[in-house]
Amino acid sequence: MAALKVPITSEDHFQGDKDASLILVEYGDYECPHCGHAYPIVKAVQKHFGKRLGFVFRNFPLNQIHPDAEAAAETAEFAAANGRFWEMHDGIFENQDELGVPLLRELAQKLKLSAQSLDRALSGHEYAPRVKQDFLGGVRSGVNGTPTFFINGQRHDGSFEYEDLVEAIEAGSE
Amino acid sequence: MAQLLAPGTAAPQFSLPVTADQKLSLRELMGRPVILAFYPADFSPVCGDQMALYNEVLPEFQKFNAEMLGISVDGVWCHTAFAENRHLHFPLLADYEPKGEVARKYGAYRQQDGFCERALFLLDAQGKIVWNYLSPVSINPGADGILAALQDLSKK
Repeated sequence: MAALKVPITSEDHFQGDKDASLILVEYGDYECPHCGHAYPIVKAVQKHFGKRLGFVFRNFPLNQIHPDAEAAAETAEFAAANGRFWEMHDGIFENQDELGVPLLRELAQKLKLSAQSLDRALSGHEYAPRVKQDFLGGVRSGVNGTPTFFINGQRHDGSFEYEDLVEAIEAGSE
Repeated sequence: MAQLLAPGTAAPQFSLPVTADQKLSLRELMGRPVILAFYPADFSPVCGDQMALYNEVLPEFQKFNAEMLGISVDGVWCHTAFAENRHLHFPLLADYEPKGEVARKYGAYRQQDGFCERALFLLDAQGKIVWNYLSPVSINPGADGILAALQDLSKK
């Protein structure tokens, strides 16, 4: 069974209680339809477990098949540098059908972030090293597609429909 | 489950079509490590992920000067369509006629199903198998095992 090789640190995008006994890590791609499908499921799972569950999102853009995935990931990191990661993450997944640089600029403006700064960050690939670091850590941990979930450090190879994910997380708590 | 050829064994030579009028021989690649990824079929959802993943990780394999080859029993036209659809940047070999002959030599053929196992091999620059991995057919094995094996090989 593949195990998470990169420990969770303060550099990670973390949602939930820092002392949560259950940790769900997702390696995802903002353009991947399966990640789009998983997005509301993860929200529902977080609601179900409440304080017991912490959630981490890491970048795993499949650039050869998803031309806008890298820009989306870099935009989310740009937002993170401005303290708005989760708003951007949610905004992108909620508008996945329209993903492209115009949408990313619009989302930035909605969050009161400068679209010009975003343009500069994207053209200079300012956040590309961070995205790449997530990607390579994912590869080393056995990420085998998107989304890949790790439950308390173990890769979850089963379905990520709501009931299945809840059950797998419950099993991980034992 | 098949019995894969074990590390230490000389990799059986082969020459298989990569396009309608072009063949690739394992011999041509000697002098550098070669990754052989046998997989069940083009376009099955898991395979797409596996080959798409290797495509993304290709620059990491290339850091070790390694060559990546995908092998299935699909024909060249199917491989071409699949590679175009997924923008694959490494060759897919057609083990099509006689069906599965190369996979059988590597112990990576599923007789009961008529397609390849999801099996990985790493060959060293001299064409010796140095690592193998057999994944359950429904589980994409990822790239971590290949990278770790390449790392080990580079230290020798």
